[in-house]
Amino acid sequence: MAENNGYSLWYEFKKGLWQDIPPFRLVLGTCPTLAVTNSVINGFAMGMATLFVLLGSNIIISAIRKYVAPQVRIAAYVVIIALLVTVADMFLAAFFPPVSKALGPYVPLIVVNCIILGRAEAFAQKNPVAPSIADALGIGIGFTLSLMTMGFIREILGFGSLFNIKLIPPSLFEPWIVMILPAGAFLVFGTLIAIVNYISSRKSAEADKA
Amino acid sequence: MKLIMIFISASLINNFVLTYFLGICPFVGVSNKTENALNMGLATTFVMTLTAAVTWPVYTYILVKYNVAFLQYVAFIILIAALVQLVEMYIRKSSPALYRALGIYLPLITTNCAVLGLALFMVLRSYSYIESIIFGFATGVGFTLAILMMSGIREELEFADIPKPFQGISITLIVAGMMALAFMGFAGLIRG
Repeated sequence: MAENNGYSLWYEFKKGLWQDIPPFRLVLGTCPTLAVTNSVINGFAMGMATLFVLLGSNIIISAIRKYVAPQVRIAAYVVIIALLVTVADMFLAAFFPPVSKALGPYVPLIVVNCIILGRAEAFAQKNPVAPSIADALGIGIGFTLSLMTMGFIREILGFGSLFNIKLIPPSLFEPWIVMILPAGAFLVFGTLIAIVNYISSRKSAEADKA
Repeated sequence: MKLIMIFISASLINNFVLTYFLGICPFVGVSNKTENALNMGLATTFVMTLTAAVTWPVYTYILVKYNVAFLQYVAFIILIAALVQLVEMYIRKSSPALYRALGIYLPLITTNCAVLGLALFMVLRSYSYIESIIFGFATGVGFTLAILMMSGIREELEFADIPKPFQGISITLIVAGMMALAFMGFAGLIRG
């Protein structure tokens, strides 16, 4: 029984990393994916803030799931999420002022990040606390990795640097300014979705053959 | 003059969808038909103007006055949700035809990050009351413009031969990227 339980927790965690990876598969939480990914560090900070809020909201919502009337559940969830976001915002402003400045109004906008409300609706309100934690960690880490991938591509092409360190001397490489502009975000995101689609269609074709 | 500036800036140059990436969910989700896109745009414009008109006094005369500005996120989201609910009830009673056209879009607006973003930017840039209302209206106009153009392009795209992995959301985002490039051309307007 315990083994079985461990397996399902692992499954809930793992599904966020590829099968349901948030911005590419579920196409949720697109605003921060596009907006803050002009460098790897910003992507990482945004991912961590979202992970914190998601973990908190999943724990609280699954803990109180039996006491909330279904008619008012959305309103209740939104208030819980907004409070957690306020905490995350103050924490960033107090301990990492430059990061908080770079992310600007996108930290408060985690309130309306559909991933968080989406996981509350689809998972936390139906499951006990332990699987909800696994789900939040999986989805949150998958989201962070996706943001960092976007940031990686855009930072290296747009500035020729990584983690704010110049990697390619400017004499060899003309930075693609478009990559750090909004247009570049849309182009990179669209292309990454196409790549994810391609890989998974190849995988399922292989599975059909076998 | 400043009001005209705010209007042009919010609707064209700093278009919420194409430069701040706010409201991408409805932008991708509801832009497959021109008619739906127009209705969504109108409903959003209406809610945005109202949001600006209501959140500004609440922020200035309640939150700031009693020194509880840190509650702004909670207050804004509750206000927006309540506002959308009220608008929905009012339209259902007063104009059933309009309700049929906009009905399903109204609840979606609550989770449209552009509406909350609007309230946050309004506070961040410390606009006056009139400026806030113009800003809210202009942002809605910009959103309508972007979603309408996108739906026109997508109706044409249905007949195009797109490689399979790129179909759907992927091509929509790439088209949005090109629109963002085109909208950058408007940046020259404000300096002149």
